[in-house]
Amino acid sequence: MKFGVVVFPGSNCDHDAWYAIARNLGQPAEFLWHESASLGGCDAVILPGGFSYGDYLRGGAIAKFSPIMGAVKKFARDGGLVLGICNGFQILTEAGLLPGALTRNRGLKFICRPVGLRLETTASPFTSAGRKGQVLTMPIAHNEGCYQADERTIAQLEDEDRIVFRYTHNPNGSMHDIAGILNEGRNVLGMMPHPERACDPLMGSTDGLVVLQSMAAALTGSRT
Amino acid sequence: MKARVYVSLKPTVLDPQGQTIRSALAGLGHQSITDVRQGKFFDIQFAPGTARAQAEPELQQIARDVLANPVIEDYRVEFLD
Repeated sequence: MKFGVVVFPGSNCDHDAWYAIARNLGQPAEFLWHESASLGGCDAVILPGGFSYGDYLRGGAIAKFSPIMGAVKKFARDGGLVLGICNGFQILTEAGLLPGALTRNRGLKFICRPVGLRLETTASPFTSAGRKGQVLTMPIAHNEGCYQADERTIAQLEDEDRIVFRYTHNPNGSMHDIAGILNEGRNVLGMMPHPERACDPLMGSTDGLVVLQSMAAALTGSRT
Repeated sequence: MKARVYVSLKPTVLDPQGQTIRSALAGLGHQSITDVRQGKFFDIQFAPGTARAQAEPELQQIARDVLANPVIEDYRVEFLD
């Protein structure tokens, strides 16, 4: 099992993600440069947080055209596990791998603090190690985290059990308190909170490990 | 040839910046203003001799695929000369 962490110019949570996988989860992890057109045989891909391409134009708007995203799209289409965190979530919506968009926070402030997240479904390779209804604590750190989509899309996400995490106290104005969603195939998760910053007791919470452990379990399961 | 592409949030999308500007204007005494929506524009210069018939569809594509996110934004293309 090998995790790949994509590095865009301006990514700043790439090392955190690598550390969480390699040290806290204890699985092999490697970096994938944005100019590479291949995922180097990785079994799961993480698009980390940060400010890819300076967030110019819109968060994720330029990153979606980088060579690696072609490989990520193909990998996702073939059922590979893709986790987009924060800016990674923005990139996934810009690239059309997830519906909707992330817009300026309702209060116009950059918000950086731990939040409560209700785990809404365990029927995903990212949350199978959790408990439905469980409240996890993970930090958010974003300026554009307000999830918006048209009514039909929101209804579809609700009906298909694709809202994975909801804020217990909505910090940014996201519709339906949405903090994380799945694609139709349930193999792509985008979330604004940072699980990789909540994997070590030193960081005040290890709740983020639920996501990484679930992914590891899914990868182990698919190999046997 | 020069063109301008306007990009703004769709009317149905929450625009907290516009709302903040509106309330600031109300604070300045502009009581007759009921709504403000903000956006951005891009000035785009074409090489001399570029035909408008060629530039127009190209710009539409650029506006749709790059400059705007059609999920949340509307765009409008305008030629300046």
